[in-house]
Amino acid sequence: MTASPINTAQVRKSGRFLFQASVVLLCAWVLVPIYFLLINTLSSPETVASFPKPFWPEFDLGSLSFFANFAGMLKALKNSIIVASLTMVMAIAFGAPAGYALSRFDFRGKETFRVLILLTRAFPLPLLALPLAVLFIRTGLDDTLFGLALVHTTLAIPFAVLITFSLFSGIPIELEEAAWTLGCTRFTAFTKVVLPLIAPGIAASAIFAFVISWNEVFAAAVLTIENRTLTAFLLQSLGTSPLHLKFAGGFILVVPALVFIFAVRKYLFAMWGIANR
Amino acid sequence: MAQIQIKNVAKTFGAYQALHSIDLTIADQEFMVLLGASGCGKTTLLRIIAGLESATTGEVWIGERRVDHLPPRDRGIAMVFQNYAVFPHLTVFENIGFGLRMQKMPEAEVKRRVERTATLMHIEQLLKRYSGELSGGQRQRVAVARALAMEPDVILMDEPLSNLDALLRLEMRAELKGVLAESKTTAIYVTHDQVEAMSLADRISVMHQGHIVQSASPIEVYRNPAARFVASFIGNPPMNFLPATPAGGGTWTVAGEHFQGPKTDAAGLDFAIRPEDVTPSETGLPATVRLVEPLGAHLLVTFAVDGHPFRAVLDSERVIQPGERMRLAPQKGRIRWFHPETTQAVS
Repeated sequence: MTASPINTAQVRKSGRFLFQASVVLLCAWVLVPIYFLLINTLSSPETVASFPKPFWPEFDLGSLSFFANFAGMLKALKNSIIVASLTMVMAIAFGAPAGYALSRFDFRGKETFRVLILLTRAFPLPLLALPLAVLFIRTGLDDTLFGLALVHTTLAIPFAVLITFSLFSGIPIELEEAAWTLGCTRFTAFTKVVLPLIAPGIAASAIFAFVISWNEVFAAAVLTIENRTLTAFLLQSLGTSPLHLKFAGGFILVVPALVFIFAVRKYLFAMWGIANR
Repeated sequence: MAQIQIKNVAKTFGAYQALHSIDLTIADQEFMVLLGASGCGKTTLLRIIAGLESATTGEVWIGERRVDHLPPRDRGIAMVFQNYAVFPHLTVFENIGFGLRMQKMPEAEVKRRVERTATLMHIEQLLKRYSGELSGGQRQRVAVARALAMEPDVILMDEPLSNLDALLRLEMRAELKGVLAESKTTAIYVTHDQVEAMSLADRISVMHQGHIVQSASPIEVYRNPAARFVASFIGNPPMNFLPATPAGGGTWTVAGEHFQGPKTDAAGLDFAIRPEDVTPSETGLPATVRLVEPLGAHLLVTFAVDGHPFRAVLDSERVIQPGERMRLAPQKGRIRWFHPETTQAVS
């Protein structure tokens, strides 16, 4: 047991090397595909099919502009934005009060409720798809943007609840109590004290709900025919498209989601912290 | 006029009884301190008065109104919290003016009151700052100013100084006392710090396990504890206790010495004396020195008297060595007696 200083230094050094190597590997795992997506999107069709790839993109906007003019493409984009916005509003409208209740009130079955919220995410959507489609056709919700937004809201609500729960839990109850003693009702204390403090977090979880809807393809493909969202539209039309168009489609899908997630990453970490407990 | 009456208030949390039918009347403009160890129910009682907690049974009256069914905002109270609860998204000015604006007070009046209370608390130069830019002491000043600006009938304080460092606490304590005396509000102040309680209170209510054990002036609580718990909780070091056996006719034997005591037919009593109320002498309790702790002005000496630990505060001029034997004479009129079973004072 005589670890000489040199040995400890060596161990530390190789440990650091291992750490750095893992970081590089993980980054490459995520970034290289995105990088190729970018290169191929901004390349002419010939370059896309060739190998090796150029390191710098050619900034050939041919694929993208072709894509923008593709029939139905803009409508699908509009549909996606509408559905995602509806999802965002509904997820927060239902999720935030649930998050508040979880953080502020003690009620029977609270822990079970929290676990159940998470479990809804474990339920596979394909299993739900058929009964849901039948139900939607019966109620006339099929092929409507609102109907799809409802399904997306169910997907987004668990995250909205958990994120807002952690946000509310971060606000000391004394701040609300102080507001109550200073003339506030529970509601005005919420709007005047709690809401301003968690507004950025609410915005983040709203954006996250938006991204969930934006990325969702299965329900969108099953439940819509005429009013396809971007994902469903691309899934349908890209199968038969040439390679460079596939890359362009992928690019258009991935980039907004990436940008949004990057913007709200801080709050997602907070949520995982809570969900993992 | 805001006299506070607490009538038969009890509180249970599930199976746990936090408060056992509390009766307490606090006079208008009185400074009442609820003193007790943590978990004794003092904060629960304060929160019931504030309306942040509801009593299981009982009534709370502020002035001429019964308030226990009213929300906090309708009770005419203001509260200062232990962790200050200064709103972080508002400036100091907006914090102090928060309650006034909730009352839809004209802006000119808000400004006048905020500036007056800020000056009173010496924070008039901080009005544009946010709480993140303030020190703990400054935040506490904001919290007190915010409560005072409401000009409430009653101001409730829940360990407001316990998060400050020692020196600041001394300073704030003196300042609070002055400011509250000036404001002529009734104050209820919760603390576990007996020195704080002593220095601030008009009257101290010592709480223990959900009961109020004694409600009296600081000196009375110190000199004539109503129960053994009060005697051992108040004073640092606390009172000394020695078992006493009856020797007939109101005379009691303590460590072989005879003392005049109460004329009861109890089989035994506890003899009690404060550490500063004994002096080394020719006669008195036989004691052996165990430990000597110099405190500067005094020596804190731990003795063994008849096998029981016994502490005395003695003049630091004396040279005392461990193992030394001496006699300690209790000062006249300072001996107290407690019943060993009921733990109540006997006289």
